Amino acid sequence: MRLPCPICGERDLREFSYLGDAVRLHRPAPDAGTDAWDAYLHLRDNPAGRTRDLWQHEAGCGAWIVVTRDTVSHAVEGAQLAAEMRDAD
Amino acid sequence: MGELEARSPCDVLLPITRGGWTLSEVDTGRITSIAPFAGQEAALSGALQTAYGLGFPEPGHSAEADGARILWSGRRQAFLLGPEPDAALARHAAVTDQSDGWAALHLSGAGCEAVLARLVPLDLRAEVFAPGCTARSLLQHCHVSVTRLDDTGFLILGYRSMAGTLVHELDTAMSSLAARSGA
Ligand SMILES: [Zn+2]
Repeated sequence: MRLPCPICGERDLREFSYLGDAVRLHRPAPDAGTDAWDAYLHLRDNPAGRTRDLWQHEAGCGAWIVVTRDTVSHAVEGAQLAAEMRDAD
Repeated sequence: MGELEARSPCDVLLPITRGGWTLSEVDTGRITSIAPFAGQEAALSGALQTAYGLGFPEPGHSAEADGARILWSGRRQAFLLGPEPDAALARHAAVTDQSDGWAALHLSGAGCEAVLARLVPLDLRAEVFAPGCTARSLLQHCHVSVTRLDDTGFLILGYRSMAGTLVHELDTAMSSLAARSGA
């Protein structure tokens, strides 16, 4: 599998490390309550199809990116810098 | 107190020649990491121009002027090789001396990208990766910075602590390819 780093271009999977669902970018407010924090920390969907995950181009430019891909077809749709998505919020 | 002797990272390991390829250690001079503060990119590039005649490099690029080389080394980061960092840079960027952290290797010889093709998951042929192009990637499991210097040579920066492994990996690939070509 190759992932499209927005900075470096298409790179081999071995250069990346995986973190998990990009829902981690949406951290609840400190006082959001235990349900919101429980969901943020522990509850994950397990989609068959389109999924958005956080990866780090750890052996490349070091950027954190959000990769959109399909868990059924294995097609990789694209990737964005996590920092830019955070700034866009 | 004993007199300590300064040793370069590959002091006892290099140079080696296998077939038509040579791996040697390079003294890059000072290695300075430069990471622009938010919003200071243009000002930093200006300060670099004034001091060295070199702008802040685009991702994947490097440039050289008057004994100074600047190479892109990661997201919002570049390495300045050679001179002392100009005092003006620190106003616009985090400036860190990394000279002792890196082993600098020069792989040279016609077709030496064939050696790297065994080790690095990138297409480093000159048609794709021209002189001046640079990348962060892996050499087997070692994190490296790879820069094409000219048609027949690469500068490879690896962590100093991994210098022995880097040389071993490169020696193995060079030896094996040299044996196959009957050199
Ligand atoms: Zn990258």
